[in-house]
Amino acid sequence: MQKIDSRESFESQRKGDTPLRGMSSTQREISAGRRESLGSAGSAQGSTRGKGGFNSAILSRAVIDSFSKLNPRVLWKSPVMFVVEITAVLTTFFSLRDVVNGQAVWFDAQIAAWLWITVLFANFAEALAEGRGKAQADSLRRARSETLAKKLTGAQVEEIPSSRLRKGDMVLVEAGDFIPGDGEVIEGIASVDESAITGESAPVIRESGGDRSSVTGGTRVLSDWIKVRITANPGETFLDRMIHLVEGARRQKTPNEIALSILLVGLTIIFLLAVATLEPFAIYSGTLASVPVLAALLVCLIPTTIGGLLSAIGIAGMDRLLKGNVLAMSGRAVEAAGDVDVLLLDKTGTITLGNRMATEFVAASGVSPERLAGAAQLASLADETPEGRSIVILAKEKFNLRERDMSGLKAEFVPFSAHHRMSGVNLEGREIRKGAGDAIEKYLGERGGTIPPEVKSAIEDIAKKGGTPLVVAEDVKVLGVIYLKDVVKGGIKERFAQLRRMGIKTVMITGDNPLTAAAIAAEAGVDDFLAEATPEAKLKLIRRYQDDGHLVAMTGDGTNDAPALAQADVGVAMNSGTQAAKEAGNMVDLDSNPTKLIEVVETGKQLLMTRGSLTTFSIANDVAKYFAIIPALFTATYPELGTLNVMGLATPQSAILSAVIFNALIIVALVPLALRGVTYRPLGAAAILRRNMLIYGLGGLIAPFAGIKLIDLLIAALGLA
Amino acid sequence: MKQSDIFQILLYLVLLIALAIPLGRYMFKVYTGERTLLDPVLRPLERMIYRLAGINSEKEMGWRQYTVTFLVFHVLGIVLLFGIELLQGYLPFNPRQFGAVSPLHLAFNTAVSFNTNTNWQAYGGESTMSYFTQMAGLTVHNFLSAAAGMVVVIALTRGLARRTAETIGNFWVDLTRTVLWILLPFCVVGALVLVSQGVIQNLSPYLDVQTLEGAKQTIAMGPVASQEIIKELGTNGGGFFNANSAHPFENPTPLTNLIEMLAILVIPVALTFTFGHMVGNIRQGRAIFAAMLVLFVLLLGVCYTGEMAGNPQIASLGVSGPSVMEGKEVRFGVVNSALWATVTTATSCGAVNAMHDSLTPLAGLVPLLQIMLGEVVFGGVGSGLYAMLVFVILTVFIVGLMVGRTPEYLGKKIESREMKMATLAVLIPAAMILIGAGLASVTMAGTASVLNPGPHGLSEMLYAFSSQTGNNGSAFAGLTANTPFYDWLGAVAMLIGRFGVIVPVLAIAGSMAGKKTVAPGPGTFETTGPLFTVMLAATVMIVGALTFFPALALGPIVEQLLMLAGKAF
Repeated sequence: MQKIDSRESFESQRKGDTPLRGMSSTQREISAGRRESLGSAGSAQGSTRGKGGFNSAILSRAVIDSFSKLNPRVLWKSPVMFVVEITAVLTTFFSLRDVVNGQAVWFDAQIAAWLWITVLFANFAEALAEGRGKAQADSLRRARSETLAKKLTGAQVEEIPSSRLRKGDMVLVEAGDFIPGDGEVIEGIASVDESAITGESAPVIRESGGDRSSVTGGTRVLSDWIKVRITANPGETFLDRMIHLVEGARRQKTPNEIALSILLVGLTIIFLLAVATLEPFAIYSGTLASVPVLAALLVCLIPTTIGGLLSAIGIAGMDRLLKGNVLAMSGRAVEAAGDVDVLLLDKTGTITLGNRMATEFVAASGVSPERLAGAAQLASLADETPEGRSIVILAKEKFNLRERDMSGLKAEFVPFSAHHRMSGVNLEGREIRKGAGDAIEKYLGERGGTIPPEVKSAIEDIAKKGGTPLVVAEDVKVLGVIYLKDVVKGGIKERFAQLRRMGIKTVMITGDNPLTAAAIAAEAGVDDFLAEATPEAKLKLIRRYQDDGHLVAMTGDGTNDAPALAQADVGVAMNSGTQAAKEAGNMVDLDSNPTKLIEVVETGKQLLMTRGSLTTFSIANDVAKYFAIIPALFTATYPELGTLNVMGLATPQSAILSAVIFNALIIVALVPLALRGVTYRPLGAAAILRRNMLIYGLGGLIAPFAGIKLIDLLIAALGLA
Repeated sequence: MKQSDIFQILLYLVLLIALAIPLGRYMFKVYTGERTLLDPVLRPLERMIYRLAGINSEKEMGWRQYTVTFLVFHVLGIVLLFGIELLQGYLPFNPRQFGAVSPLHLAFNTAVSFNTNTNWQAYGGESTMSYFTQMAGLTVHNFLSAAAGMVVVIALTRGLARRTAETIGNFWVDLTRTVLWILLPFCVVGALVLVSQGVIQNLSPYLDVQTLEGAKQTIAMGPVASQEIIKELGTNGGGFFNANSAHPFENPTPLTNLIEMLAILVIPVALTFTFGHMVGNIRQGRAIFAAMLVLFVLLLGVCYTGEMAGNPQIASLGVSGPSVMEGKEVRFGVVNSALWATVTTATSCGAVNAMHDSLTPLAGLVPLLQIMLGEVVFGGVGSGLYAMLVFVILTVFIVGLMVGRTPEYLGKKIESREMKMATLAVLIPAAMILIGAGLASVTMAGTASVLNPGPHGLSEMLYAFSSQTGNNGSAFAGLTANTPFYDWLGAVAMLIGRFGVIVPVLAIAGSMAGKKTVAPGPGTFETTGPLFTVMLAATVMIVGALTFFPALALGPIVEQLLMLAGKAF
């Protein structure tokens, strides 16, 4: 990698990230700080994120919520926990009856208490997951406060409350005003403070036409003025939707979550039958199992661990995206992200640093490289484009040519014009020009010069390698060619190799010609590329992949990206993009950073993995619980069943109690895991499976044996049963 | 463990696999309409059948039509068999002049039993059924109910293999081809081999003979060989005689014993290979086969060990060594009895060559557990594989998520509809077994039939409902089965156990057929390797066995522990 001493390029390299389009370097610094939360590989910071995100306010709110969630009408949505609540009620009832009858109640009461605690733990997990979103929703609500809108009717300006604005209305927004609703800038240009939405304090430019024309209600114009056509009715604005999303108030179960719930309900019914029919079998065997004991057995067997944590896992997944400043419009989109196996990545900003850099001076024959570098440096001194600056830097590095003071040289700078397609400098009678080969050829032709053949072949050579040749001429003499190169980001090749191992194919999308594209594609290590990409070609490419059974993710910002964003299984729209793009995608990246697509996919995978791992763990747990409870249930009738008491639990009561306590505690013990997700590693499916199977499958089989035994020892020591 | 026993078991398994591999390939050809050796003879016959029955063999069915056709076919089948039983007295080939099969509940139970591939027999064959009923009634259904099971798994396989398709095949065509190409030819050959070994095949009246002691004995006769072979090949299990395959006319020699055991498992095993061929990846079939084999060897080991260890109380008498010979035929011995018991309950066959009631409790647990698991350890013809595929779907769903993708099997996403159906297919039979046995254990009608007290009696009731719900049909014995309670409730159990699984399975076939296929890649959850095999076996054991663990603990498990402590029932 070329050494570059421009500050923001260095900054972005360090982050393995890209300068954001349309932002100044200060903006970038700030957003880089916020972006960190998503993590470079989505896992490294996992452990710190889970804990760091909760303050005591969220915790205490979650505690209160876990009680209010006991309401059966709320709990009904989580059928497994609903069943636990019913058993808790039943057990409580039987304990109270025993109290009235003056019978020993201590054991039944303890079971009842632990059943209630089981439900509360599950509620707490969900409430905690919701907590962060709720806090964020509150701050968003403050931004939604009522403002006055300057509605335009013809030439008249009328002040009305923003809640009375309707789609299609025109409003004028001046410096200091809040933008009253979502809309499209139709006239003017202004700097806008969007921190309410993005958390980004640096202002952004919004102007009519082009891809930076959309404005969001609740943001504030800092300078100048704009006329806006409102595109959303009050209550349907981006801010409203965002509040709903982060709050999870209207959270709908995702398809996979529904399917998993069906399985959990099925298992619950099966175990309900197994436990219910145990009573007739027990009666036949000449014994009777008490209701609290049967309730304990039932609760231990039904998949309470995953049943209690399922919604928390889903909420936490969306929350992880949100912390990375990506707003998923639905949980379905997060799930789809996990399934994605083709990523369409924009070359500029994602794969390359975004600017071409001068990397080599190729001098014409008879010209010393120093002379070429000197002339190139002079021609670029006043050129503030990144390309121009990179030439100056390269000249300094290679030949130690220091920057010269333009004013002292009495130079006349010739800026780049679309007509001549060159730039340069006139000084002391010298005319230095730099530009594309054909432009310089035309320029020389007018003055009776030509490009010598060895320079022409150098130009072709550079083009073939994927670079951009910039010819430098002084008067009628061609000095040589500057090799401008698209610099591929550091580490991106390794990243793509990782993705490949995970079974994800990367496709580079670029407007470059196929030759250049192929060279960059090879250097970056993408699997495929689409050159001279048009929106139609993109759409066609997505359809082709989908027809072959792939799931495709892409990012986009322009209005013409909208069809492709809508077609893609995961379409991440840049917040800086147009309203149409944001409507079409199913996620919005508030930082407008296209590299994040990779992390979005990883977050989706992590969500699904967490769900699967905890399901496996939950089901595997049952084996040990049987060995605790079944011998305990019937040792009175058949003392021989004591052989099954492999854990050597103290008494039948302590065995049953230990199983119930373990069952409750495991929920709360797994809350951090549910919230931050299982450790994610970019490996192939087989390796991930082996690993997770070992931890959660085999671990789930063994852990409860140890856990129950330990609790039993404690109970025996404390004399609880 | 005796070396000769191990050798016999290994020989059996090797022969089984060696036969199943080519058969699997052959069945693949039959179901995809490829040319086979038998085509010149059978094609014209097939066309004639379609012409007579007015079937358009070109037109395929969607899953709903397929299911409705399937159900209507079975309703008619039950009515027909019920009719034959009731009119038996007026029908030919009735040398013993048996009247109508009675009581009514027995006739109905039997009609359901043979239509659902259960072959639960609450009657003694030689003392109840005329030759006509045995042949035109029972044997016909031995073919048709077996074919029906195979047809369902083929429809499901098509559903998994096809891509955005509306149809899953034509029920009539599948049924006809199964009978003509697969069951009939093998039965003709098999019956002749059995006859060569001494299995009888005649329509003569029963023989009255004088025994050596001078007593008079009636020896039952009949067309046994033709029913015997389909009884095994179609995993039906309904014996011609009450003693089933322990009877010397059904199973005279160790060779017939081997042939019959091979016949029981060969189609279920071969179907896993057929499945692999049909989904275009033989390794998919092999992984399922491997999981079945792992479970089979494991359970066989338990059964064999239980029998070899025997009952310490009998051992202490010093009569016949520790191994238990009670209820066994001397010509088969322990290993072949344990092997047969495992084979017959691994499938939905239910033919027996030893009395399961006399197995040691631990060994008796194995047949019971295998049936409770849904007979997925190879299982009945067709029914074993489709039930196993339900477990495959469950396994893929539970552990598949762990690779970070929504679960998919053979490139098809498993979504809520499939989960609903798969859950129902597991839930319905489990509920029937538990509720049936639960009812029996606390009602007079239920417990009055039980001949043994204590946990053994519970095992008998559990076995009765498991066997009928699982469409196995083997009897634990020790239970008076021919009572209104057991006949009626048993018939219900058989119907629910059969159609309560088949309808959801066909629904899965339909919804899977309509799905797009996701491209495989390194991120795809593998369903072919040894890891998957282990996970599938573990899911069967955990999801299947845990459901019944409490009941089993009070039945065979406690009985075994009691036996070791010196108590018997």
